[in-house]
Order: sequence, then structure tokens, then C-alpha cells
Amino acid sequence: MATIIGGITTSHIPAIGNAIAREQQNNPYWKDFFDGYRPVRDWLDKHKPDVAVVIYNDHGLGFFLDQMPTFAIGAAHEYRNEDEGWGIPTLPPFKGDAELSWHIIEGMVRDEFDITSCQELAVDHGFTVPMQLLWPELGLSMPPAIPISANTVQHPIPTMKRCLDFGKALGRAIRSYPKDIKVVVLGTGGLSHQLDGERAGHINPEFDKMCMEKIISDPEALTKISRHELIRQAGSQGSEFIMWMMMRGALGNVKALHQNYHIPISNTAAGTMIMESIDS
Amino acid sequence: MPQDPIDAHMDIPGTTLFDGKMAMKGYALNKMCYAFNGADARAEYLQDPEAYFDKFGLNDEQKQACRNKNVLEMIAAGGNVYYLAKFAGIYKLNMQDIGAQQTGMTVDEFKEKLRSAGD
Repeated sequence: MATIIGGITTSHIPAIGNAIAREQQNNPYWKDFFDGYRPVRDWLDKHKPDVAVVIYNDHGLGFFLDQMPTFAIGAAHEYRNEDEGWGIPTLPPFKGDAELSWHIIEGMVRDEFDITSCQELAVDHGFTVPMQLLWPELGLSMPPAIPISANTVQHPIPTMKRCLDFGKALGRAIRSYPKDIKVVVLGTGGLSHQLDGERAGHINPEFDKMCMEKIISDPEALTKISRHELIRQAGSQGSEFIMWMMMRGALGNVKALHQNYHIPISNTAAGTMIMESIDS
Repeated sequence: MPQDPIDAHMDIPGTTLFDGKMAMKGYALNKMCYAFNGADARAEYLQDPEAYFDKFGLNDEQKQACRNKNVLEMIAAGGNVYYLAKFAGIYKLNMQDIGAQQTGMTVDEFKEKLRSAGD
């Protein structure tokens, strides 16, 4: 049967992709952030997951407001990346695992999560940047990936509780897959940041640190945070923390192996963590 | 039964929640910006911005906000920041440039504000 080896949290902002493209990993602005990924890559190299489930939010490439799924699951053999309007170089397509995708989709709907399935899905920086950070060579060492997108673009966004519950159902679906494969789940985005409005540049280290602690020890407590409170504390785009909740739900009991909190990258506070599953 | 207040406009200072009301208001503007995912659309826009505004049916408030390249005005006109980022990209404005514009700071002041959040 499939096992979930653990979860990784990571920021996914486009500025990281630009820094990688310009090979700025060692410049003073970026070094502390990128150094936080060495233990993550070592851990991945040790465990060599067969599939990565990448939970992210589309930012206006794969979906528009004409049809906006709250939860969407990729069901494709590969996922293409596109120019997102910025004339940046695009990456080669990412290999999928359609068989596992459909198994997950079956499991989610059986568990009453009526998701949207996507046989074609253009993946934006929310998906590609974490893949670049974790498997810098992309290519051969990179496992097939299954993108799962949550709506953080347009309110109402799903609640923290719903996202944790989604993750629990996701974990059940993955663990019921009959093949002996190892799966890692990525919770991308966050932490506190706000791009829009007079409050642009809002960052809240105290709230972020509380979230990083509670997501390990007591994720249920975080479900008490309303969406209003999440945005007030973490900023408009800090709502991306819901993807961390989705990841966390899939993991069961965990031990934290690594944590790095860094301010700022571009407009964002970044949290990088490894949570290893201890009961799957 | 009363609804969760997320469905109403909530008062978080300096923050416009992009909810159903704003999504309806800004649909044409956001749809235009979404088109900018394509290089051909960006080229067509730059040839004749006014014609491109009309192609997507922008209203006068949205057109003027675009002409002014003013992000706060675009948000007030229903723009969503994720789509507006594609408009900003045409003019090579990054998130620090946009942040500075919205907060009335210079770009260096805005970057320092972000950096000092970690102190």
C-alpha cells in the first residue's frame, strides 16, 4: 500500500523563480532563504518519494473567475507551465501520475469532497517554484507530481476546518492506494503577506510563528481561526496558509525535523518545514 | 440563519476583500488582465490600449485607472491583485513597485519596511 512519508511547507512566490533563473541563491538577500532548503533536499534524497502531491493555489493561469473551483485535482499525465504574463522563461512540462490522481479523486468524492478534476491544467509559480526549490535539477531526480489547487483568489475561500478535513480525506485516499509507493505532500504558499491595498507589505511574525508551532502540535486548534481573522492577522495573501492545513491533514501524527522562518523574500514571510509522518 | 460575515465586506483597514460583489464589479477588467497571460494579447494591447479596453468592455472608471496605472484605483474598480499583476508586468512593475505605489512610499522605503518586519 502507499505510504505518506511526510510533508514539506514552502513559499512559492514568483520572485523565488526569478532568483533561481538569475542564479542568485548565494547573494546576501537570498542566501538565508535558500540555505533553509538544504535539509529538505537531504531528506528527500534520503527517502526518495515516488510521487509528490503539491497543494497550491492557482494565481490566474489555470483558472479564471468564469469558473472557479474551490478544490481542483490534476488528473493529467503531464502539466505544462506557461508564461504568466511576465515574459519569463517557461519550464518543461511536469510529469503527472494520472492513475494515482484518479484514485485520489475517487476517494475524495466517496468521502464527500466534491472536487473538480482537471485532465488539462496549466500550472503556475505556485506549483513550479516549490518543484524547483526541492528538485533544483528538475529532470530525472524529480518525482511525478499531482497538483491540487485551492481557491484563495476569490472569497468565499474554504474555511481552515474544511481544509484540514480535506487533508484528512486526502491522506485516507493516498494510503488506500494499492501500489507500494512513497508519497510526499507539499503545502505551499504563505506565510503572512499582503500585495494589495494601503496595507500592502503587511507581515506578522508573531502570528506566523504561532502557526508554525501549532501546525505541528495542534492543527485542530488552528481550525478555530476564522477566515476574517486569518486575513486580518496574516494579510490578504496570508490566506494561503489554508494549503498548509490541507497538507497537514494528510499527514497524521508527525515530528518536525526542520524549520526555517525568514523575512522577507520580496513582500513575503517564508516558512520552510519538514514534518515526517510517524504513523503511516 | 445569519451568514458568516465573510460574505459581506469586512472592515480590515487598507484591505479590500475580493468577494462576489467585487468579482462582479471587476469582471471585465480582470478578464482583460487574464488575457495578458498570452504574449499576443500583450502585444495587441500595447498597440492600442484604448481599443483593447473596449474589446473587453471596461467601464470608464476601469479605463481611467488603467490609464493612470494606479493600483488602488484598479482595485476600487474591481480589480483582483493576481490579475492586476499581469497588467503591471507589461510595464515591468514588480510587487515592490506596486507596494510602494499603494503605500505612498519610495521603493527603497517599502523594501526597508519589509526588511524591518524581521527585526
